[in-house]
Amino acid sequence: MEKRLYEKIVMNHRPKEHRLRNAITAFIVGGIVGVIGEGLLELYTYYLNVSSSDAAVFMMVTLIFLASLFTALGFFDKWVNFARCGLIVPITGFAHSMTSAAIEFKKEGYVTGLGANIFKLAGTVILYGIVSSYIFGIIRYFVLGGV
Amino acid sequence: MIYLYSFLFAGLICLIGQVILDNTKLTPGHITSMFVVAGSFLDIFSVYDKIVQFVGAGALVPITSFGHLLTHGAMMKANDVGFIGIAMGMFDFTASGITSAIFFAFIFSLFFKPKD
Repeated sequence: MEKRLYEKIVMNHRPKEHRLRNAITAFIVGGIVGVIGEGLLELYTYYLNVSSSDAAVFMMVTLIFLASLFTALGFFDKWVNFARCGLIVPITGFAHSMTSAAIEFKKEGYVTGLGANIFKLAGTVILYGIVSSYIFGIIRYFVLGGV
Repeated sequence: MIYLYSFLFAGLICLIGQVILDNTKLTPGHITSMFVVAGSFLDIFSVYDKIVQFVGAGALVPITSFGHLLTHGAMMKANDVGFIGIAMGMFDFTASGITSAIFFAFIFSLFFKPKD
């Protein structure tokens, strides 16, 4: 009885999540990142005179550079807290997680701290990306005949 | 027009992620992993290539394109040199992203202190 009462009080005082507002913010911010990417892509194809696949590489490196720089300068964390998945799901979230882990664990030493923990958050993306790609690659190579 | 499609597609992916994040107990790490696997899966029958042709960078920016590019590079190499190409070509297209993310993260961590 005591416990149930306590849980009820906790539920009442828990900060309300604005799910609709979060979803709309994520949609708009994520969309803006996509538009910036498209803008950079066309900018690079036009001014550097490279093919669109090379321009896509330049575009991704630019976004990663900006996300790393803004994380290091300290204000990207606030943006991530505001936009949540709008900045976590694009490639900016990958760079953000690596830079923030690197800066956070630097004080524990350059090998045991920074080196061991830099992939703490981004490693899961690489691990599951490779494992799933390998499995789907095998399926495509042997079952679908290497499409 | 391609800007509108980019906006809508990138926004839609982020919207799905945010809805999953708010309504379940999964962390952002779970969501990005799920999206990578989804992008990798969508490369079968070149579905994701068609999306990229249609919406442009809007499909290259979300993390789903990371999985797509992993499978895409693996399959391109596998078509050339056989089965072992899956392992050889895995990072052909994503190497630039991973390399620059590691490099910039390290360089910036040398010069900046954590802010609270």
